[in-house]
Amino acid sequence: MDGEGGVIKKFLYVNRKAPYGTIYALESLEVVLIGAAFEQDVSLVFIDDGVYQLKKGQQTTVDSGIGVKDFSKTYRALEGYDVEKLYVDKKSMEMRGLSTSDLNVDVEVLDDAQMADLMAQQDIILSF
Amino acid sequence: MLHTVNKSPFEKNSLESCLRLSKEGCAVLLFEDAVYGALKGTQLEATVVEALKSKKMYVLLPDIEARGMRAEDVISGVQTVDYAGFVDLVAEKATVQAWL
Repeated sequence: MDGEGGVIKKFLYVNRKAPYGTIYALESLEVVLIGAAFEQDVSLVFIDDGVYQLKKGQQTTVDSGIGVKDFSKTYRALEGYDVEKLYVDKKSMEMRGLSTSDLNVDVEVLDDAQMADLMAQQDIILSF
Repeated sequence: MLHTVNKSPFEKNSLESCLRLSKEGCAVLLFEDAVYGALKGTQLEATVVEALKSKKMYVLLPDIEARGMRAEDVISGVQTVDYAGFVDLVAEKATVQAWL
């Protein structure tokens, strides 16, 4: 970024889909990882069925399951790429009978107003 | 008759429509993202428990496990099946309605 003057923008990735029924969740994660190379100010939010992406204990091996890559472990590696701001929508989580202890990464839980504020602060929002 | 649902009940109304428009005594199989509807402790639980009074409900276990849940997380009365069980259900029913 040095040659470009190092402008840092606020990027927000909005995740609203469950992990395996469609390809959105995996694609979002791929874009986050690619984007991490550009050293921007990145936040991820998980809303609606997106909170299921972070569920602990996913088993997807060929032997015992559906035979696809379990990418949930990748969320744990994000801090290694300086992607450390993960937020979960409180209502979406509670509606699904989940709490932060069901999730495999540390997240900040936001209420409606806090989520709206976070979105309003961004330069770029990418939705999946 | 067998009804299949593969979309999350929190994202689409497929399960709701299926349960509203299916007859007593029919079978309903939840797979892919619809398995979230078979879990205890969600806002949908009461709806499923009510449906179980007149319908047989099944859920595909590999799709449950892929999503980090286990058989014991499934609402009691909803039967878990494997892929062979899915095929048996399709084979034994005269018709299948897929709620996409």
